[in-house]
Amino acid sequence: MTFDFEYTLATVLPALIFAIPTSLLLMVSSGVIGNLLAVPVAVARLSRNPFLWMPAYVFILLMRGTPLLVQMYLVYYGLGQILTPAIMRAYPFLRDGIWYAIFALSINTAGYTGEILRGAIKAVPHGEIEAARAFGMSRWLVFRRVTLPRAIRICLPAMSSEMIILLKATALASTVTVYEVLGTAQLIRVDTFRVYDTLIGAGVVYIAMVFLLTRVLNAIERALGKDRRPMSVA
Amino acid sequence: MAAGSEHSLWLDLAWGAEGWGDEFVRGVALTVQISLSGYVFGLILGMLGAGAKLSSRPWLNRIGGAYTTIVRALPELLLILLLYYAGTSALVKVLVFVGVAGEELQISPFAAAVASLGLIYGAYLTDVLRGGIEAIPRGQIEAARACGMGPSLCFRRIILPQMIRYAIPGMGNQWLNITKDSSLVSVIGAYELLSAGRSAATSTKEYIFYYSITALIFLTLTIVSMALFWRLEQRANRGVRHV
Repeated sequence: MTFDFEYTLATVLPALIFAIPTSLLLMVSSGVIGNLLAVPVAVARLSRNPFLWMPAYVFILLMRGTPLLVQMYLVYYGLGQILTPAIMRAYPFLRDGIWYAIFALSINTAGYTGEILRGAIKAVPHGEIEAARAFGMSRWLVFRRVTLPRAIRICLPAMSSEMIILLKATALASTVTVYEVLGTAQLIRVDTFRVYDTLIGAGVVYIAMVFLLTRVLNAIERALGKDRRPMSVA
Repeated sequence: MAAGSEHSLWLDLAWGAEGWGDEFVRGVALTVQISLSGYVFGLILGMLGAGAKLSSRPWLNRIGGAYTTIVRALPELLLILLLYYAGTSALVKVLVFVGVAGEELQISPFAAAVASLGLIYGAYLTDVLRGGIEAIPRGQIEAARACGMGPSLCFRRIILPQMIRYAIPGMGNQWLNITKDSSLVSVIGAYELLSAGRSAATSTKEYIFYYSITALIFLTLTIVSMALFWRLEQRANRGVRHV
């Protein structure tokens, strides 16, 4: 059980690099679904109708108050308990753990980002909304054109750190038989009893992914925050 | 009591050999123990890390920076596995090599769990505590030094009491996170709440019921902790005027 640099370079790292697309698929799909779901969650949470804000409040509390691993198990094993063998035979893809992992990661992200978005929507300056209303925009149009874009820009830094947390959280999918980077590293570790090569290799891959994701998110923040760039001298 | 003909799952939560109640209570106790010990260890590391990051020595800054950057970039589950499998085997080798322990030495999953959670949360707490120290007006520290207080007296009398006030919200968040992340140590075989839930769920095949119970207990822990930290925050702010 010693660290063998050549073995790591030749065998472990390529296997881990081939697993990167699975990790990215988990992150991107859960990120897109989770962020899209966050919008209705935040809007419902801000509503004055108790039939809307109460469920949203409970949803956010559940997602933020319980461990993601428990949510993952509840989705994976719980849905497995509900889905009958007939359904499983009809839709063989349901055997794959990745769908359950994406589902669990999506609803978790929806809870966390929903709460962030709620704060951001409240932070949109009142005057802008009033001005839009004064122009005769309907409530829906105001929301789509003014409130939501402004809110997203306000909470972009918080949302992008949420995305980095999501990338790290995809590692939990390895516990429900998804062979993403950590799952693959675990597979090799169990097969070869090589502890250092596999886990340190996975660590290097994650650090590289987080570094690149940070760069991408910074670029997105710059692109979407054009209005906030320091003004050039005219 | 439900009078249905079907066997009620709630009865399976009974105490003793035929119920899962005692397993869950033991699980909660261990979750709290692991989280608390890990948190205390993390606070010690966090103080050291904050000291290193704020130090005037560049090499200490670099160590503190590397510690927080690396831990933040790695998934918690990976760090726990890494510290458990690689860390313990390295530690055992060192201890056997120095002759303190025999070949049969094994590190318990509980100790590994506490050590790895402490190491992870040490990094997060480093930045929380550093922010707390940086929020103290510099003039106060300079004034304390000018009054002739040594660094340790200045820390004890001026920095610590004020830093706590600024750091408590962040410390509370990290406490909530560590109680939730303590569920990850079930993967390395440490017994805690999720392990209890999993053994109940797998042996009865009632996954939804037992994992929901597990989730609800975690939720209760979260809510109780939130209330406790709210009280702490009130107490830490008792000398501050509300405007």
